[in-house]
Amino acid sequence: MKFKTHIFTILFGLFVIGMQGQQTPAPKQSSAIAIVGATAHIGNGSVIENSLIIFKDGKIETIVDGSLVKMDLNGMTVIPASGKHVYPGFIVPNSTLGLVEIDAVRATDDEDEIGPLNPNIRSIIAYNTESKVVESMRPNGVLLAQVTPRGGRISGTSSIVQLDAWNWEDAAIKTDDGIHLNWPSLFTRGRWWLGEDPNLKPNDNYEKQLNDLSNFIKESKAYNSSNTNAPNLKLEAMEGLFNKNKTLFIHANGEKAITDAVNFSKQHGVSKTVIVGGDGAQHIGPFLKSNNISVLLNRVHRTPSSDDDDYDLPFKMAKLLVDQGITVGLETSGQMERMNSRNLPFYAGTAAAYGLTKEQALQLITLNTATILGIENNYGSLEVGKSATLFISEGDALDMRTNILSHAFIDGRQISLETHQTKLWKRYSKKYESN
Amino acid sequence: MNKAFAMLFMFLISSMSICGQDYFPKNDGVMNSNHHFIAITNAKIHLSPEKVIENGTLLIKDGKVMDSGENLKLPDNTVVYDIKGNSVYPSFIDIYSNFGVAKAKRATGQNPQYDASRTGYYWNDHIKPEQNAIDKFNYDKKAATELLKNGFGVVNTHNQDGIVRGTGLLVALNNSGSNANRIIADKSAQYLAFSKSVTSRQSYPTSLMGSMALLRQMYLDAEWYANGHSLTKDRSLEALNNNKSLTQIFTAGSKTNALRADKVGDEFNIQYVILGGGNEYERISEIKATNAKMIIPINFKKPYNVEDTELSKSISLGDLKAWNQQGSNLTALESNGVTFALTSHSLKSIKDFKQNLLTAISYGFSKEMALKSLTTIPASILNQESNIGTLENGKYANFFITSGDVFEKSTKTFEHWVQGQQNIFDDINSKDLTGTYKFNLNGDAYTLKVSGPSKKLKTEVTANNLKLGSSAKYKGDWLNLSITTPDTVSKKFIRISANTLKNNKLVGTAILPNGNKQSFNAVLNTSEDSKKELKPKEAEKMKSVMPISFPNVAYGFNEKPKSQTLLFKNATVWTNESEGVLKQTDVLVKDGKIAKIGRDLSSKNAIVIDATNKHLTAGIIDEHSHIAADAINEAGQNSSAEVSIEDVINDEDISIYQNLAGGVTSIQILHGSANPIGGRSAIIKLKWGESAEDLIFPDTPKFIKFALGENVKQSNWGDRQTVRFPQTRMGTEQVYVDYFSRAKAYQELKASGKPYRKDIELETLLEILNKERFISCHSYVQSEINMLMKVAESFNFNINTFTHILEGYKVADKMKAHGVGGSTFSDWWAYKYEVNDAIPYNAAIMHNQGVVTAINSDDAEMSRRLNQEAAKSIKYGGVSEEDAWKFVTLNPAKLLHIDHKVGSIKVGKDADLVLWSDHPMSIYAKAEKTIIEGVTYFDIERDKQLRAQIKKDKSALINEMMEAKNSGMSTQPIKKKEKEHMHCDTGSDVHFIEK
Repeated sequence: MKFKTHIFTILFGLFVIGMQGQQTPAPKQSSAIAIVGATAHIGNGSVIENSLIIFKDGKIETIVDGSLVKMDLNGMTVIPASGKHVYPGFIVPNSTLGLVEIDAVRATDDEDEIGPLNPNIRSIIAYNTESKVVESMRPNGVLLAQVTPRGGRISGTSSIVQLDAWNWEDAAIKTDDGIHLNWPSLFTRGRWWLGEDPNLKPNDNYEKQLNDLSNFIKESKAYNSSNTNAPNLKLEAMEGLFNKNKTLFIHANGEKAITDAVNFSKQHGVSKTVIVGGDGAQHIGPFLKSNNISVLLNRVHRTPSSDDDDYDLPFKMAKLLVDQGITVGLETSGQMERMNSRNLPFYAGTAAAYGLTKEQALQLITLNTATILGIENNYGSLEVGKSATLFISEGDALDMRTNILSHAFIDGRQISLETHQTKLWKRYSKKYESN
Repeated sequence: MNKAFAMLFMFLISSMSICGQDYFPKNDGVMNSNHHFIAITNAKIHLSPEKVIENGTLLIKDGKVMDSGENLKLPDNTVVYDIKGNSVYPSFIDIYSNFGVAKAKRATGQNPQYDASRTGYYWNDHIKPEQNAIDKFNYDKKAATELLKNGFGVVNTHNQDGIVRGTGLLVALNNSGSNANRIIADKSAQYLAFSKSVTSRQSYPTSLMGSMALLRQMYLDAEWYANGHSLTKDRSLEALNNNKSLTQIFTAGSKTNALRADKVGDEFNIQYVILGGGNEYERISEIKATNAKMIIPINFKKPYNVEDTELSKSISLGDLKAWNQQGSNLTALESNGVTFALTSHSLKSIKDFKQNLLTAISYGFSKEMALKSLTTIPASILNQESNIGTLENGKYANFFITSGDVFEKSTKTFEHWVQGQQNIFDDINSKDLTGTYKFNLNGDAYTLKVSGPSKKLKTEVTANNLKLGSSAKYKGDWLNLSITTPDTVSKKFIRISANTLKNNKLVGTAILPNGNKQSFNAVLNTSEDSKKELKPKEAEKMKSVMPISFPNVAYGFNEKPKSQTLLFKNATVWTNESEGVLKQTDVLVKDGKIAKIGRDLSSKNAIVIDATNKHLTAGIIDEHSHIAADAINEAGQNSSAEVSIEDVINDEDISIYQNLAGGVTSIQILHGSANPIGGRSAIIKLKWGESAEDLIFPDTPKFIKFALGENVKQSNWGDRQTVRFPQTRMGTEQVYVDYFSRAKAYQELKASGKPYRKDIELETLLEILNKERFISCHSYVQSEINMLMKVAESFNFNINTFTHILEGYKVADKMKAHGVGGSTFSDWWAYKYEVNDAIPYNAAIMHNQGVVTAINSDDAEMSRRLNQEAAKSIKYGGVSEEDAWKFVTLNPAKLLHIDHKVGSIKVGKDADLVLWSDHPMSIYAKAEKTIIEGVTYFDIERDKQLRAQIKKDKSALINEMMEAKNSGMSTQPIKKKEKEHMHCDTGSDVHFIEK
């Protein structure tokens, strides 16, 4: 009896320790896994009903209509999933996951370095794999993230991670993928402490700020075209933008700002440009398309930026852009952005409610985003040869009622769907059951 | 009379009046008292707005009007001024001004200040009735001269600082007088406002509703003080009581604040005279219903500079319409019978006053009312009818002389007389010299064209088809003209001096470049239309005004919508009652209520709505909202039970419409979480288009916000915020125990029949103790949740609702036992340390333990998707669909004590309904119709039409602005309005939104 109590204490102790950190990352896939009978949402717009999905060593080997083929599943772990749905892992771009744990506690905040021009600042080394917020993404199907610094004119360099890892090296699936530029605003706030109207007014320095940026780009090109310079980390970090190694993510809203941003990028020979934000992009669709610009669209669940806008403008923005042939992904930045990132699937669901088909909407958080981030060769869709980063949901994963995950895999590793939150749920539910 | 003589005379009068106090010693000469009569003859005298003497005489003596009439017999000792048929108007009165009173100096410092800076005065620094403008008054001759030129001869001025600002003074702009005679009243009125004094950093009040509550408490305290109950001296309350009989002028500054001020005044039987903001036309019937006399500024906004298409996108339809409609404000006030005075207040330059007034007249404002609102009305508001406002016998001789109708653009002001003292601005004898003249000099024939005002004549001289350089100066009876010679080689001048006394002729001498004199004789060409004035730039015509909508912003109704009889056919009906979800069911709505539920219903007059494949539910109710309010937090004290959100409802917030589009019909607007005891709630229905008062839930239950945790102990307010009690959770408990103990003692004192100081804050807490008011408490961690339940139990009442309640799942059993409900976020967490253990399963656990559970928003965006937030309870914790749906409908109705009226579809309940395109908790569902009491406030089809209308209206208005700009009007740069979404922790500093 006494022994039992001890064991209980020890177990409880372990439990409490377990509570402190993230779920233990899953080990490498050891045997082939077959998911049988599910509706497979490929992520490229197509669907396979009654599918057979087989993955081995972290890669998808087979994905077919199960009614058409007969395969020997011997030696495989078979997951019957008839009536269920399989999706590629959702990808949240332009996120600060793992950079801040608790907004109000400054000591946990690592998202915004001082100084206006920080291309050399790298998010990946601050990415906290033990974040409780990060693990809370997974039960909703969000399995990949682009971790992005904030602030300044050039915030820094992002990297792309998978959300089940021991450390940031483990987590990284593409390091230093892009540089993030906050485009100058057309509006500026009055300096109330000098007696000015505190409201927004046209930014008289806009052209100057553009010129400053231009000069910085020119300097970085000059620097990187020669090796005789004294070291300059900022200029050096810019090199990838011109040799296809890095994408320039320009955070811009408004027709004019976006147009200026795209022209700026073209003029300076930036190899790949993505617009983040994209308010107003719907008015310049053909321009964006002809310049091959994709858009990571502002959070869908927000109010229109102006009182006169259609109440559903943020909901239907994706539709307005997709209809013009633009590659669109969804991002989640804004207030409470980290914890809200787990609602990414519902942003896509709302985009479907306001015009897109469900499969088009799914693309916004899978293959489109993978393509925009340059990881589409390995992630973003359920296709042979790609990483087995996917999950099984009881129903439509874009609808909160049925986004209920039974299994999730990252690179074939079956990850835990438990979190700090599910543990508290179970613990306290149990408390009341035993009462 | 000879001009020089007149000037000398002026000087004599002036020097006389400066030494006007007869009993003063005189050291610079002999006594020079002079009490003769002055007659202004040959005048068109506007004695009053109603009475005009076409050609009469005004007789004045010792600064006052003695008599007026057509054939006055003048006393022997009369100095006569013949004004040659020009017009005389009584001086305008500017009733709202800071003339001669220096701007208050702003107090500086960084540490928070909660206590008053003074002793022996009221406990709040912003209440300053003891302040008298006369103590700080310095007559400003320069400003006075500008006012005089623009017709204003009397101003009522005060120190524009503080919530109670003390008395103002009424001064005649007698530049040659002294404060011994020009001040008509030392205490002309008492002034009040909602904005705090800049001279003190005392924190309270930080909000508009705090200002309103402070005023109420002040009036109660003043009465208590007047009855002799105070043991200590309070100079502020004494002054307030002494100023009681004065006119009380309230600086509201906008239509909404005018209604708010009037509401406070009415509660204490005080009818304020209210300074408006120029947008009264938008809610004219409510303004009229105040019965308040108004003071209206005419500071018209310039058109926006709309050339930049990108920037101009950010101007809202509301702002564009305001520009188009503003000119009609005075017309609306006049035609609705509102009594109002005009003021030059808020104008950048007094020179804009006349132009703006003329603009208002071009919109149909009558000239008669214009004159009244500048003369007799302000005089009567100030109870000074016997002294100023008209030129009737015995009143001050305050008048100005104009060339004609004062409300015509071309009319000029010659002179302004104040208290019988003359100020000359333009020579009354000066002639209109404009026209084309011909003359010969030295054998050459010249043409002289004269144009412009007599003080700034413009000349154009041609000879032999050659345009010559020329300049002219007209002064006295002389025109001095210099012209260059036709000689194109060397530049030489001919100088001419010509007398202007003869009609149509200029006669004098010219001095040629060689020094020779020649006589000069120019003759006006009277035959042609050379005298015709240049066409005015803009033909003044009646302007077209865009119709007002309710509210007067985008998506407003052209007419307030009405309740209809509606029959929904074949819907899936979520009753929230024991019937559950009924398929293929009809619902009849009549007289704002749910009349019938069943199959195959019919009704003669009903509008039939085919709801096949659609879902009909009760409207969503948000237990925790901060939309539609102009203030959320009164953070100036640790308890603010005296404030009420009902005072600051903003009926124009577009969030109301956006929430309707998300199926929301009722909300509780909660005070924020800046302090342990917050303010009273407003429970409203989202009746878009109705005015603030009409949004309030009928027979509204009484609620108050409490708050626990990091916000009330100011954890995240910055490092300086460490002086307000409490700074810990331990202290928070003591705040409650202290206040409730005091409330109990207060109740005992009241019951004893002894005199007591009525305290609004304690009265509110007493309502809680007496179970008449319910607490909704912002809460996070279990320890404090438990604590507050224990405190309540010790005072024998229950907490009604814990809102947010993110660790409710940890104490759900205790909550159930206490009988408190929980209204929580679906999935917010990690934004503060205290939400570390917040879990999305919270609602499910509380619900499973039998706690009445709701999902709330606290956010203007989330509130319009509360159906989705409810659906998350299905995902997180497996709550059944019907129960999940109740989380946003019936359960919040229960928590708000309004479930007998709303929250379910039941015969007899309010017809607050939403028709959904799909399963209401599906991510794919859209609200197609949102109905409150049978009125369709949102309709997805009407919304489409409105979008088209908004586009059309905006482009029409932008066109109008372009036209205005092209016609030479100056413009204002574009400002972008930002929508501030309020949350619990919004606005620890004051926001006086002027709407």
